[in-house]
Amino acid sequence: MGWLTDTLILLPFGAALLVWALPAFIPRVWVGGAAFFFSLLEVGFWIWTVGRYNFGAANLQETSRLTWFSEFGISYHVGFYGYTLWLSGLGVIGMAAATGYGLWAGRDRPRAYFGLMLFLTGAVVGVFAAQDLLLFYVFWEAMLIPLYVLIGVWGGPGRMQATIKFVIYTMAGSLLMLASVIAYGLTQGSFDLVHGHSESVWIFLGFAAGFAVKAPLWPLHGWLPDAYRESPPEVAGVLSGVISKAATYGFLFIAIAHFGRPVSDLRAPILVLAAIGLVYGSLLAFRAPDIRGVIAYSSLAQMGLITLGLFATNVAGLNGAVLQMVNHGLISMTLFLLAGAVERRAATGQLDRLGGMAKGRPVLATVLMATGIIALAVPGSSAFAGEFLILTGVFPHGWGYAVVGGIAIVLAAMYMLRLISAVLHRSPAPQTEDARDLRPGELALFVPLLLCLLALSAWPAGITDRTFGQNSQTPALQSIR
Amino acid sequence: MIHRPPVDLYALAPTLALLGTAAICLLAAVLVPARARSAFSAVCCALGYAGAFGVAAALFADSAHGHGVIADAMRRDRLGAFAAILIAGSGLLAVGVSYTRRWGREHVAEYYALLAAAGAGMVFLGSANNLMTLFLSLEWFSLCLYVLCAIDAGIERSLEAALKYLIVGGFGSAFLLFGSALVYGATGHLAFHDIAAAISSQGLVGDSLLIVGLAMMLVGFAYKASAAPFHMWTPDVYEGAPTPVTAFMSAATKTVALILTLRVLVTAFPQEAHLWAPAVAAISVASLVIGNLGALLQRNVKRLLAYSSVSHAGFMLIGIAANSALGSRALLYYLVPYAAMSIGAFAVVAARERELGQPVTLENLAGLGWERPLHGVAMWVFMLGFAGLPPTGGFVGKFYVFAAIYDRGWIWLLIVGVLATAVSLYYYLGVIRAVYMRLPSEVALVGGQPPKERALSLAIAAALAVTVGSFFAVQPLIDLAKHAVSGALGF
Repeated sequence: MGWLTDTLILLPFGAALLVWALPAFIPRVWVGGAAFFFSLLEVGFWIWTVGRYNFGAANLQETSRLTWFSEFGISYHVGFYGYTLWLSGLGVIGMAAATGYGLWAGRDRPRAYFGLMLFLTGAVVGVFAAQDLLLFYVFWEAMLIPLYVLIGVWGGPGRMQATIKFVIYTMAGSLLMLASVIAYGLTQGSFDLVHGHSESVWIFLGFAAGFAVKAPLWPLHGWLPDAYRESPPEVAGVLSGVISKAATYGFLFIAIAHFGRPVSDLRAPILVLAAIGLVYGSLLAFRAPDIRGVIAYSSLAQMGLITLGLFATNVAGLNGAVLQMVNHGLISMTLFLLAGAVERRAATGQLDRLGGMAKGRPVLATVLMATGIIALAVPGSSAFAGEFLILTGVFPHGWGYAVVGGIAIVLAAMYMLRLISAVLHRSPAPQTEDARDLRPGELALFVPLLLCLLALSAWPAGITDRTFGQNSQTPALQSIR
Repeated sequence: MIHRPPVDLYALAPTLALLGTAAICLLAAVLVPARARSAFSAVCCALGYAGAFGVAAALFADSAHGHGVIADAMRRDRLGAFAAILIAGSGLLAVGVSYTRRWGREHVAEYYALLAAAGAGMVFLGSANNLMTLFLSLEWFSLCLYVLCAIDAGIERSLEAALKYLIVGGFGSAFLLFGSALVYGATGHLAFHDIAAAISSQGLVGDSLLIVGLAMMLVGFAYKASAAPFHMWTPDVYEGAPTPVTAFMSAATKTVALILTLRVLVTAFPQEAHLWAPAVAAISVASLVIGNLGALLQRNVKRLLAYSSVSHAGFMLIGIAANSALGSRALLYYLVPYAAMSIGAFAVVAARERELGQPVTLENLAGLGWERPLHGVAMWVFMLGFAGLPPTGGFVGKFYVFAAIYDRGWIWLLIVGVLATAVSLYYYLGVIRAVYMRLPSEVALVGGQPPKERALSLAIAAALAVTVGSFFAVQPLIDLAKHAVSGALGF
């Protein structure tokens, strides 16, 4: 019944073990190629799952269950709802793109690197599929382990400090979450997430802390600039595109769906924090001196926006948030990979030392321009659809939030256009003189990502009509009514 | 004429197997030529531990109903057998760690004899059932460990460590002995169950003599389990003792000390739980704080692991403080991955030490992960396990302990545990950082060819398998722990 879900989770872990166990004499390209093949295979399995999935029904599908330890009824219980299927799709596509970039960039110590990427893929899919709270926590923590090493070993010069900050922040949040996991499970008498409901504000806050740090939400974003700057670009893309979505997904799937009272009690402060984060992130993105800084802070802003949609807790807000999670995941991944491509060519990401890259490099210019235009939510783009839905959703809770959201969209246009013009236009800088256009190998990564974005722009209902099932009866929505 | 009680040899079998092994190793010191002595005695010792492991497992299966044997001097129950299994397993791994050690002087056969004898004492202590056998077996294995610490008589640090251990351990034993005497004085009984019966029948719950005795016994146990604030010997001894001995001590001594603490407190003093549970909780908090903060400052990996073992004593004492079946199960489960991780981590340190010929610090661990993949990965997994991250048994152990204390209603202790875990990440990840993330320029290679250490690698691999396996095989292990607890402690 749920063998596809099992495959989606276990295939990357198995592939990771396989890659780690490859003999040392196998050349780098073959190791990376094998890993890339497995990540594409994973995407294939995901497409298959989408094909089989009945989006009309609101129940959990493709489930699989195996008792892990009976004492607290903890089990390996996995399955997909409509919206979690889309998010896990973002996960596998994003990880495949990152793995492909790693292959193209020729990361050294390939077995360790690609094994960790595959391990991370499995953990990400596991987070989206887990229906048992402890299992969710296990996958959640399992994401951290490869990330720590990926940043710490393959990162930039300041990677040590970046990893320490990253781990301390996220673990502090995660451990508060663990306390909440235990408290929730023992008070409910079950760790199963399909049913169950809690009214405890404290337990809710423990979960919220874990998710808010990982997303990150203002003011818990202290680790973000360092981690996004010092990571290898593809890992930064994963962090901002995929991992942060796991956090907002956690807000939706655990915090909102199981804590009706605390959510409505604490809605106002959370919305205010999210709105502050939205504006603050946008302003910092506008002032950031380097490409990655712009993307990193825009990511912070987008997390604020998505949180606005989530905590609106109505159909429009939630649908918009889910669509925007997918959108931003793809956009952020593409932008970080582009940033990596530019940095490889110019040996710097500082905006004042770049410029004029459009001239003689049409492909790079086109890709960056297209992604940037979608990112700034130009009407007709998928990001516009997502942001529009979010603002519609949050409007009933106060017109002020919608105004802030509207301002932030203007700010988004400002920082994205600033980024585009700083890299592509202006007078050519010495660093960029000899830079080559995008190679076919890179293009093979960017084109599918862009195609996904264009498809969503043309047909955002492809996702928003297939999130919470008919009449929006998914458990995620039932409890908030 | 003295009445001779019937002797249940089966219940004694694990102890006897190890004692026999010790005797054979001692004979080997004289009879086997120097060339073959190391291999012969190591194989003997390994076989002895393997035999003890097997017999203890059989004993576990056959002792569903706990009962006193040999005039109630010891209990034949599953708790004791569980302890014996863990100790024998630790001993087996410790032999693997010891095997390729370069022996300065010709004490190799004696070394293995002492290792087996120490294990015998611990196994015996695991099923001790009165204050007399308790003290005797405690001294029995402690004396072996004192000598084992000093086995490198040529190295000053080793001697210093042994001396410190001897003196501080003597203090601990004295506390325990005096406490036992007071308890005996108050109740007039030695056997644990008789003490409990006397407390309730004679109305001794508030008796000051008894309470002082209990407190002093608790101090004695805390010394042996290296729980703060009675841990001060731990860093020095762990650092100075030969690394294989440290590995054995950190796993086996802690196992037996904690299981004994659980047994004594629950079977002899159930009426005093309102006193000892908060006291154990206090010791646990002290261990968590001191262990974790102390470890933050260490550069020497053995000292770091020593402080980490103090903090883990704190985590496991939470299970005892819960004073429930769930808490006891949590403790027993926790011990399995903990013992494996502990021996495994020290084994990696031992390998590095032999390679470099100098004490292992965070600096000279640099690059280990890339030079020796098995050791690197193993160290990584052990550190994740200590930190309580999946996919290791350490995660489930922490989860269980926290669940037990939440169930007990002491949420503050859960919060302390969570905070301590957060702090501990800094230094555990620091070790991973040292192993994997140094720049190539920082990686100074000192040693030449890494020595061939198949036995040691095997021990590391086994520890790795237990650490990861206990994460997946939670249910069977918990079932074992459940049986061990229900037959022995009456929860």
